[in-house]
Amino acid sequence: MTTYESATGRRPEEPDRHAEDEREALDRLSARRLRVALVLTMAMLVVYFTFILLIAFDKSLLGEMITDGLSLGILLGVIVVLATWVLTWIYVAWANRRYEPAARELRERAR
Amino acid sequence: MTPFAAIGDPSAIAIFFFCLFILVALVISYWAARRTKTTEQFYAAGHQISGFQNGMALAGDYMSAASFLGIAGLVALYGFDGLIYSIGFLVGWPIVLFLIAEPLRNLGKYTFADVVAYRLKQTPVRMAAAVGTLSVVIFYLIAQMVGAGVLITLMFDIDYALAVAIVGTVMLVLILFGGMIATTWVQIVKATLLLGGALALALWVLSYFSWNPLELFDSAAADNGEAVLAPGDQVVTGSWDAVSLGLALMFGTAGLPHILMRFYTVPDAKAARSSVNWATFFIGGFYLLTFVLGFGAMALVGQGTITGIDEGGNMAAPLLAQEVGGEPFLGFIAAVAFATILAVVAGLALSGAAALSHDLWVNVVRHGDAPEREQLRVAKIATVIMGATAIVLGIALEGQNVAYMVGLAFAIAASANVPSLLMAIFWRRFTTWGAVASILVGAVSALVLIYLSPTIQEDVLGNDSSFFPLKNPALISMPLAFVTGIVVSLLTRDAAAEEKFYEAERRIVIGAPPQAVPAEAAVAHRRPTG
Repeated sequence: MTTYESATGRRPEEPDRHAEDEREALDRLSARRLRVALVLTMAMLVVYFTFILLIAFDKSLLGEMITDGLSLGILLGVIVVLATWVLTWIYVAWANRRYEPAARELRERAR
Repeated sequence: MTPFAAIGDPSAIAIFFFCLFILVALVISYWAARRTKTTEQFYAAGHQISGFQNGMALAGDYMSAASFLGIAGLVALYGFDGLIYSIGFLVGWPIVLFLIAEPLRNLGKYTFADVVAYRLKQTPVRMAAAVGTLSVVIFYLIAQMVGAGVLITLMFDIDYALAVAIVGTVMLVLILFGGMIATTWVQIVKATLLLGGALALALWVLSYFSWNPLELFDSAAADNGEAVLAPGDQVVTGSWDAVSLGLALMFGTAGLPHILMRFYTVPDAKAARSSVNWATFFIGGFYLLTFVLGFGAMALVGQGTITGIDEGGNMAAPLLAQEVGGEPFLGFIAAVAFATILAVVAGLALSGAAALSHDLWVNVVRHGDAPEREQLRVAKIATVIMGATAIVLGIALEGQNVAYMVGLAFAIAASANVPSLLMAIFWRRFTTWGAVASILVGAVSALVLIYLSPTIQEDVLGNDSSFFPLKNPALISMPLAFVTGIVVSLLTRDAAAEEKFYEAERRIVIGAPPQAVPAEAAVAHRRPTG
């Protein structure tokens, strides 16, 4: 803060531009995280509600036996569990690899 | 062989494990007491818990006796229908990760109301949020306490009221002396025991079926009909019932105050992220095991024997433990079930106490300006209030059908807490009165609709019909809370909130600014003036 204030005497437009730059970069990064989060949320909703809507409206389909001891319902249930693992893993991998370095850079710039 | 005489006739081994766990909990709270001097340590374990540890603790906080005993029982009695709960209880976690964990960690301090109120007027929002928090916590707590009483009575043959009092007292001691640090470590120990116990039990079951789960399912279907592998009408009767329950289970998780509070125990957003990743892994693994435990109990113990001990099927997992591992294993699993309940009620009571003390006392009564010492004292008084409430309600509701209260807690969490939380984080135009209206409409509509539903009207009151067709209200109450929040926000204006949106967004990405004065120094600094 003090550096901005001391700079204002010579170049009045400089601090604003600096803050504006930061704001733009931050807005962009937030929007990017929100986009990834929303896509993954939609994917989770689609997987889970496909399962739930089949339970609600097509019970006999889920009762189809694929092999001895395995109904389509149980198989889909296991797939939903695996999907939660895969989707959380994708998010964490993306966040640690892409989001975190960009956030760290903004954090350092803010100091 | 006279099977299952050991249930209600406790073996020395069961009592040994039971006492051992109580001892471990007390040792943990003694150890944690010396590390619990400030409110930050009391509510948030001083932000010193790692991502992996918090993942374990989240799993320990979340997997209640309802998940372990209830779902195994439902699967044992109804087959596939019980799995709807297993899966529903899991799918909320990715939503918590994608939308809530990081903003929550960086915007809040101790409660989720911190986040909802961040840009808004403190007093009205905190009061409304406390209504949302306390109703979820109390209904959930009642279900756990009554369940604990029944379970301990069944397994250790002691008086119901005494059983409830034991759970309540151990919980109180744990929180009062060790706060969030002790609660966290009890949850970690419990998660280890529960996951280890369930895994051992599942492997033991699978060893009877040449390590092939399909052979187990096939054997269960051979004895009880192939219908047990397909959806029936035991858990959800109507089509829309299934959708409504699915919605409540998924979004309810994202609105449980005791779960949200755990994100403050980690140092930063990155650790918050990794803790959900671990929690999802452990909880998903556990629910996959419930497939094996439930069908295992169906095939090896038999439905008749299970309902003979407890009509709701809650004893399916302990009976299965006895069937495969004899009395020592039953004793171990019984103690695990007790540990499970203790860890969950401790988390619940602590989050209820935080709503009373941090949200209502410090931020409403004292307008956010209370000396550190007073905050800690009020937090402990609030803990005693929560503990006493839990014990009194647990005893008063003996013999009542409280199973629906878990569903109700999830429905209120999904309707009152989640819409306001999401809009507060992501919507610039969200206003104070939008938040208040959304929370209250969500909570009240969930409560009223469940009162009018078949759950209360037919199952509890014994009427022939109900006014509202769905067993779970979330399909109506959650969208209603969203619409209310949007409409009221558009009708009102909150310039301060809009102005603060960028600051909040910045804080979500960058993190909270480092504290200028350490907590101890702040106390010392304040003392002369106060």
